[in-house]
Amino acid sequence: MAIVVNGTRVAPPDDPRVSLLDLLRDRLHLSGTKIGCNQGACGACTVLVDGKRVLSCLTLAAQVDGRSVVTIEGLGSADDLHPLQAAFIEHDGFQCGYCTAGQICAATAMLEEIAAGMPSYVTEDLGADGIAISRDEIRERMSGNLCRCGAHNGIVDAILQVATEKVA
Amino acid sequence: MTPFSYLRARSLDDALAIDPSRGDRLLGGGTNLIDLMRKGVEQPSRLIDVSGLSEGIEPSDSGGIVIAAAARNSAVAAHPLVRTRYPMLSRAILAGASAQIRNMATVGGNLMQRTRCLYFADAAGSRCNKRDPGSGCDAIGGFTRYHAILGTSPSCIATHPSDMAVALSALDARIHLAGTGGGRTVPAADFHLLPGDHPDRETLLAPGEVIVAVELPPTPAALKSTYRKVRDRASYAFALVSVGAALMVEEGRIEDVRIALGGVAPKPWRAFGAETALRGRPATADAFAAAADAALEGAAPQPGNAFKIELARRTLISVLSGLAEDLR
Repeated sequence: MAIVVNGTRVAPPDDPRVSLLDLLRDRLHLSGTKIGCNQGACGACTVLVDGKRVLSCLTLAAQVDGRSVVTIEGLGSADDLHPLQAAFIEHDGFQCGYCTAGQICAATAMLEEIAAGMPSYVTEDLGADGIAISRDEIRERMSGNLCRCGAHNGIVDAILQVATEKVA
Repeated sequence: MTPFSYLRARSLDDALAIDPSRGDRLLGGGTNLIDLMRKGVEQPSRLIDVSGLSEGIEPSDSGGIVIAAAARNSAVAAHPLVRTRYPMLSRAILAGASAQIRNMATVGGNLMQRTRCLYFADAAGSRCNKRDPGSGCDAIGGFTRYHAILGTSPSCIATHPSDMAVALSALDARIHLAGTGGGRTVPAADFHLLPGDHPDRETLLAPGEVIVAVELPPTPAALKSTYRKVRDRASYAFALVSVGAALMVEEGRIEDVRIALGGVAPKPWRAFGAETALRGRPATADAFAAAADAALEGAAPQPGNAFKIELARRTLISVLSGLAEDLR
C-alpha cells in the first residue's frame, strides 16, 4: 500500500514510531505543517486525512497507510491562494504565522463539518437540520488551534468571511 | 519512544490475539496512547491497531442504539439518532477535547483512556501508584485542582477524564466485550473501578478481552437530557466539574431521573443516591438541592480542590432546574 500525500503516493516508513508529522516534515520535506507541542494540545500540526482534520503529531504514519493526506501545501500556493489563505491575509489572521497552516487546515474541514450539519457544544438545538454560523460557533469549533500571538479575532473574521461567501 | 511493532487488525480475531503479558496494547485513535508512549508512561512492545474495525452506529432490536467500538467520537456526537434520542451523549462528546481529537478518538479508546493526572504523566519525576504500584502518590499534598473529591483512596486521587463515559454511565449503557473464551456484557456504570489499594487496575476488562461495542437501551427520560461542563477555559479543557442529567416529569412528579458527574472522581460518578432522592418527588428547587447534597455526600477533598463540592452542587442544581424549566 501507500500513503497518498497531496496526490502523490508515498511509501509508509519502516519504523512504526514515525509519526505522520515527522513523515511530512523530516522525510517528505513538507515543512508547511508545523510541530508545536507534539502532544495534542495546540493544533499546529493539523492536516486532513480522508478530508477530516486530525493531529499529525498523535497519528502514526503507519495508521494512514492506504489513506489520503492533504497538508497546507495541497490546499494552496503563493500563486494560487486558497480562499481561507487570502482571507487570513486580509483580516490579519496571524502575526508570526507559526499556527497558520494548522488553523487553515482546521478551518477548511470545519466549514465542511458545518455544511454537513454537524453540531458543536454551543449549538443550541441538536435536532436542527442546519447550523447557523456565528462567531461563537467558529470560536468553539476552532478551539483546538491555539494562537500565541493572539490573532484569534482576525482568524474568526477571516473564517466568517469565507463561510458567508460560500453560502452567498 | 521505545521500539514496538505494529499490526493493523483486519478482524476481531486479529484483535483477540492481544497478549498484554507480552506488552501488546490495542491502538484506537492514538490521541492518548501515543502521547503516553512519547512520555515513557506506556511502553508497549506491539500495537494492534483496531481503529479500522467496525465503526457502525445502528438501531438495536430493543429500540436502542448499538455503537461499534471503532466509531469515531465525532461520528457518534453527530449521529441523528444520538442527537435526538440521547442529547446528553452528543453534548458530552462535543464538550470533550477538540474537533481534531474527536475525529481521531474511538469509543473504545475513549473508555480506555488514562487519567490526565500530571503526576501520573511525569514518569521521570513523580511517584505514582497507578503507573508504578506501591511507589506512592505525589498528587496527595500536591497541586490538586484537577483531582477527585469522591471515591478516592489513600493510594490515588486521580480523576477519570472522559466526558463521554459520564453520559454512558448515566444512560445505563452496556459495554459488549469479546474474549477468546466468548463474550459478555457489563454495565457502563460498573466498567471503571475505584482505585482502592490497586489504582493500576482501572477497568474490569480481563487480560485479553476487547471492547467491541456500546449499547444504549431505549430511555424515554434521555429525550430531555443534557451535559454541562465547567472548566478553566470555555473550550478544549478537562472538566473541573461536569454534570450529565436526564429528567422525566409526569403530572408534576419526577418519573425518571439520571445523574452522573465528571471531573470529581476516579471513575464516571453515577449519583444513584441523588436519583433515589428525586424519584416520585415534585420537581422543585428544594428537591434538587436535596439531591445535590445526596450526590456530594461523603466528599473528601484535598486542600486544593475543596471548591469542587460547592461547584458540583450548584452545577447539578442549575442543570436539573434548567431541564425542569424546559419541561414546563
